[in-house]
Amino acid sequence: MGNLLVNEKQIVIPGEEIATGMDFLPSFGTYRDGESIIASRLGILSVRNRVTKVIALNGVYMPQMDDLIIGVVKDVGFSGWTIDIGSVTYANLPVGEAVRDKVELLKSDISKFYEIGDVIVTKVMNVTKSRIVQLSMRDHGLRKLQGGIIVKVVPQKIPRIIGKQGSMVGMIKEYTKCEISVGQNGFIWVYGPADKMQITKRAIKLIEEKSHISGLTDKVKEFLESESK
Amino acid sequence: MKRPDGRKPDELRPMEAKVGVIENATGSAMFRIGNTIAIAGVYGPREMHPRRLEDPEKSVIKCYYDMYSFSVPERKRPGPDRRSTELGMVIRNALEPAILVKEFPKSGIDIFVSIIQADAGTRCAAISAASMALADAGIPMKDLVCAVACGNVNDMAVADLSKEEEDVELTTDIPIAYMPRQKKITLLQADGDLSAKRFHEALKLGIQGCEQVYEIQKKALREKYQISGEMIEDKD
Repeated sequence: MGNLLVNEKQIVIPGEEIATGMDFLPSFGTYRDGESIIASRLGILSVRNRVTKVIALNGVYMPQMDDLIIGVVKDVGFSGWTIDIGSVTYANLPVGEAVRDKVELLKSDISKFYEIGDVIVTKVMNVTKSRIVQLSMRDHGLRKLQGGIIVKVVPQKIPRIIGKQGSMVGMIKEYTKCEISVGQNGFIWVYGPADKMQITKRAIKLIEEKSHISGLTDKVKEFLESESK
Repeated sequence: MKRPDGRKPDELRPMEAKVGVIENATGSAMFRIGNTIAIAGVYGPREMHPRRLEDPEKSVIKCYYDMYSFSVPERKRPGPDRRSTELGMVIRNALEPAILVKEFPKSGIDIFVSIIQADAGTRCAAISAASMALADAGIPMKDLVCAVACGNVNDMAVADLSKEEEDVELTTDIPIAYMPRQKKITLLQADGDLSAKRFHEALKLGIQGCEQVYEIQKKALREKYQISGEMIEDKD
């Protein structure tokens, strides 16, 4: 029978022994070394049905299938685009996944659809075994975003920025009257009057900084009220 | 015989560590031991540049070591030189066994270490700071890497040499980097002559010193996320 050496929801450090015994299983952020399970990432420990997992607190975005993300066009190729999604490598968006009509590649220049620097809402279609990320625009609400600014945050903090059923982001929208689009990859698109966009940016940065403090909603509300006077 | 600053043979200089000192880096840390201060910033895993160096199986780690011109009593000529290029390689080799490089194929991890004040043991301080910065950046690692120097001064094995001791004639300096959980040594250099017996004594002191550094590192990493004792809520 194995033992859990660290309590759940505690912070673990790479190399820290989490559990002993073969009845515990390693998952994200942990590995097995002989009889024991050891953390490989800095984060919070979570144990579900004897499966140990570390919820990371920091790090780059790891694309997963069907994630709704925001990307910036970095390059226009012959038959597709290279998109910066804030991950380890750039992602691919082929023409066939972006444009509904048939495109004669030899005759037309595909930069008329998306140009370098354009911001798009897109979806992760597939992540191959060799970590090539393929994107798609074939879904509702996937489009090019006009104007606005991009605020980059740590992707692990996105759930706090959205809040329960979008309560946090809804509150910011209500106070600043800005359009906000949150991507799972930590890119947040904000559109509105210049001064309001800056307030929104600061509110988002406040959430990112204080994401682990309880009573966060009240603090953000306080900030927004003092700013909108 | 006593040590110049009155320490016991196994006593380290006072240490201090802080995580999250550089806003723009993915992860960062500061480590101070005595008068030596190292600041490390980790960027990535990110797109590898130049592209021809990328590896389809693992991420490529690059390490830059830099000593500021004001870090030493006599002004050092700024910019990279032979010594800093070599130390960059040494630090990378000491850290690489701890990093699970296969998690991020085709990417590059950049580690920048700056020494803002130098008083012996800069490479060890650099390794200790860089390993905290890597953990802070959320990079998967087998273990933290702790480093401390030990050596033979005035025919006595000691841990954590100061500059004064390093300058004593016939001193041998042995920097050690160590993974405390794995119980593996990742860096071992020796600069000078010493007997096998003295070497084993020094090594033992060095490893004990590394365990002390490990405690400081763990505390610093926990402190960043556990401000004023408030528990972190589950984000699921």
